[in-house]
Amino acid sequence: MDDLETHEHDVIVIGAGGAGLRAAIEASTQGVSVGLICKSLLGKAHTVMAEGGVAAALANTDSRDNWQVHFRDTMRGGKMLNNWRMAQIHAQEAPERVNELEEWGALFDRTADGRILQRNFGGHRYPRLAHVGDRTGLEMIRTLQNHGIHQGFEVYMECTVTHLFKDGGRIAGAFAYWRDTGRFVLFRAKAIVLATGGIGKAYTVTSNSWEYTGDGHALAFRTGADLIDMEFVQFHPTGMIWPPSVRGILVTEGVRGEGGVLKNSEGERFMFNYVPEMFQGEYAESEEEAQRWLGGDKSARRPPELLTRDVVSRAIRSENLAGRGSPHGGVYLDIASQQDAEFIKRKLPSMYHQFKQLGDVDITRQPMEIGPTCHYVMGGVRVDAETAHSTVPGLFACGEVAGGMHGANRLGGNSLSDLLVFGRRAGKSAVEYAKSQSSAPEIDADEVAQAEREDLAPFEGRGDENPYALLQDLQKCMETYAGIVRTRADLQQGLEELAGLQQRLARVTVEGTRQYNPGWHYALDLHNMLTVSVAIATAALNREESRGAHSRLDFPDSLPDMEKFNLTLTYRDGQLECRREPRPEMPDELKQLIEVGPGELTADDVAPRFERRRGF
Amino acid sequence: MAEATLKIFRGTAERSEYQTFSVPTYQGMVVLDAVHDIQAGQAPDLAVRWNCKAGKCGSCGAEVNGNPRLLCMTRMDQYPAGQPIVVEPMRRFPLIRDLVCDVSWNYEVNKRIKPLAPKPREADGTYRMQQYDIDRVQEFHKCIECFLCQDVCHVMRDHGKYDFAGPRFMVRLAALAMHPLDTVDRLRDLRDAQGIGYCNITKCCTEVCPESISITDNAIIPLKERVAGEFYDPLAWIWRALRGKKADTRNPVH
Ligand SMILES: Cc1cc2nc3c(=O)[nH]c(=O)nc-3n(C[C@H](O)[C@H](O)[C@H](O)COP(=O)(O)OP(=O)(O)OC[C@H]3O[C@@H](n4cnc5c(N)ncnc54)[C@H](O)[C@@H]3O)c2cc1C
Ligand code: SF4
Ligand code: SF4
Ligand code: FES
Repeated sequence: MDDLETHEHDVIVIGAGGAGLRAAIEASTQGVSVGLICKSLLGKAHTVMAEGGVAAALANTDSRDNWQVHFRDTMRGGKMLNNWRMAQIHAQEAPERVNELEEWGALFDRTADGRILQRNFGGHRYPRLAHVGDRTGLEMIRTLQNHGIHQGFEVYMECTVTHLFKDGGRIAGAFAYWRDTGRFVLFRAKAIVLATGGIGKAYTVTSNSWEYTGDGHALAFRTGADLIDMEFVQFHPTGMIWPPSVRGILVTEGVRGEGGVLKNSEGERFMFNYVPEMFQGEYAESEEEAQRWLGGDKSARRPPELLTRDVVSRAIRSENLAGRGSPHGGVYLDIASQQDAEFIKRKLPSMYHQFKQLGDVDITRQPMEIGPTCHYVMGGVRVDAETAHSTVPGLFACGEVAGGMHGANRLGGNSLSDLLVFGRRAGKSAVEYAKSQSSAPEIDADEVAQAEREDLAPFEGRGDENPYALLQDLQKCMETYAGIVRTRADLQQGLEELAGLQQRLARVTVEGTRQYNPGWHYALDLHNMLTVSVAIATAALNREESRGAHSRLDFPDSLPDMEKFNLTLTYRDGQLECRREPRPEMPDELKQLIEVGPGELTADDVAPRFERRRGF
Repeated sequence: MAEATLKIFRGTAERSEYQTFSVPTYQGMVVLDAVHDIQAGQAPDLAVRWNCKAGKCGSCGAEVNGNPRLLCMTRMDQYPAGQPIVVEPMRRFPLIRDLVCDVSWNYEVNKRIKPLAPKPREADGTYRMQQYDIDRVQEFHKCIECFLCQDVCHVMRDHGKYDFAGPRFMVRLAALAMHPLDTVDRLRDLRDAQGIGYCNITKCCTEVCPESISITDNAIIPLKERVAGEFYDPLAWIWRALRGKKADTRNPVH
């Protein structure tokens, strides 16, 4: 351990997407020493890929909006399983966080009177997403990056964390390797913020990159933290499906927000047939009404293409089962018939470019062929709503790796705002916690040596398993048995196969040296993916109902009793434990917000009950 | 099934060679797909940098048949069948291994640029900006930091002049200079620290930019004009001294 490169900080943030950067900025401004670690280059995290926008009830585009309506939409979109306090804080603080980005240089598209323009998105009652064409994530990450690099925190990039250490019960540090050299490095810290993003690489068809191997989920889990809501994996309804090379790449919901419609092979706008009971009366009932909405008529209701993602993904699946799908198993997304070419190129430039360059499709003239793609994990590290503190002292989590905020289904645009709101809170709380520690935690040298042995094991020629083949098999297993629809038999089969994969993982051998060796990297990532996959399948097996993104063919209904708890997973003495965690009681005034009927909730209605709160 | 041949640069600064691989091709295939297929089947330790595979993150810059390109947006079917496709790392940066090079220099240059300092909000707490006032800056904000323009710029590539910040950062500086909220004057830095004078407007950077940013016409030339105006035009200089203001931040190329 003596010759091991070692760094010491009060707070370490793992992950440099929107959440991690926002956390690091906050922590640094509190005047402690902060280190930010990320496994790709700075500015390349998943956040850069976000397209459609960031949700915040600024009420610029529709003055009827406010945090209460945003809260209500979020809870209903999450099928009531959300941690209500997180959903409340999120809706209240998002406008301030978005405005702050503007102060740091972000330039969102503008309204005619020069304010931030907002666009429609699924499940949001009013146009709510601040955006920059269809590259909002790029604007956000670059803004945070260029602001962040002057806040004094240290950045360690292309550095992958593989182990966390504790001292007694509390967090003590992290073990990582540099991608470029393969050398190891130890980080000592009083507090650690996880901001590692999601798990989507565990599925074959996904909008997620190689980074989304569930590292933070697995690190926290192995350290003893609880995971929550892991049965809920979001399949975005509109991924590219043809040609094969692009399968899974995201087509932003912004296409539908700007008027795009979904059609089956018979040319029918089928979403009118799929409005769930919960949303009856809130969506247009005819194409004529939908058309009026597009034209700006405020008395018209939104088209059903803007239902929540879980609903749209299942509808696409049903259309295909009924024989009305497109040639490659999807449906058509058509904006060419709704908007003129100039508008499409201005508001959706990267979609235009992406289809033209990769799919030989001109979206200003032709429909896009699209289908569901694995996109986001609602489940994550269980945290305290106010502080983002996990169940392990000193370990915090924010962004996609944290669970609770989105319940059974996330609304589009609510992730980017989540990153800002809870990134800031995590950074702040981590500093408070670090300052409260009178002594620096110690790291056990034996544990460090053990971590090093585990990371080097794939070089030891333990068998003939190839990491890439194993990865493919894992993805296929999750896609088949724990995908958009599930059954008990499938999930059991899936868990059995995952156990088999676990054994094969012990025989994985990699070629070459430690220097920038992707085979080795995958071999280590697979541990995390397997841990997370088992967690997903186990939780899915234990929720015997259908709710949000979790659809059980053997239990097709949502059951009122099951609304009363979240599923929590804990790893104890090598065993995975799945518990029903009763949901905390929601205060009456929040309950009322959710219960008021659709047409009734306007700013004026809630004003007497709540102090009006607006972002500036 | 049709096959393609790729000649890929392998190795480190100390030892390197070109290795030839054959891969089956399929509809819509891009060069990054081929590299991934080679990793999975033939060379598991082949190093390549990528993230989004959709032209959004700027990680996968490399040289294909000598041209700087994003591997994930470069279709295989644009190259003549039967001839090997040559894939090499960006030449301008120190090599790490195979197709991956060390681009950390760019991060250092970026850090030396003075950050934005915004003017105060309006009385109602908002910032009012018209869309036409930010169109040009939004063009610059499209930059995905692929560093292909940095790779191709001859000032550094052939002449090794590292006191020039390079086209990527000319774009960033132009975005700051034309940002309606910014209050900082960076013209002296532009001349001295960022060495704008080195650029002789060959436009090679603009040609390779995957985001189609008009780097030279919209960013560099206006900046050069401002620098020239600031330091070499006595009338402009006196005018500013009298009014005590920073140089005009409006976009001059409307
Ligand atoms: C194509 C696409 C479009 C999207 N569009 C939208 C949208 O319009 N609106 C919206 O709200 N949401 C959108 N989302 C979702 C949203 O972008 C993500 O949920 C969000 O960006 C996640 O941010 P994050 O900060 O939690 O993680 P990320 O931005 O993914 O960052 C994770 C960071 O953790 C690091 N990391 C991970 N593991 C390790 C490790 N072991 N060691 C060190 N570092 C590690 C990574 O290097 C990275 O820096 C979209 C997602 C995708 C994929
Ligand atoms: S125009 Fe200037 S910055 Fe661009 S490549 Fe030529 S010399 Fe370099
Ligand atoms: S300006 Fe263009 S070429 Fe240069 S780094 Fe940005 S996106 Fe890449
Ligand atoms: S992988 Fe992101 S630009 Fe190519």
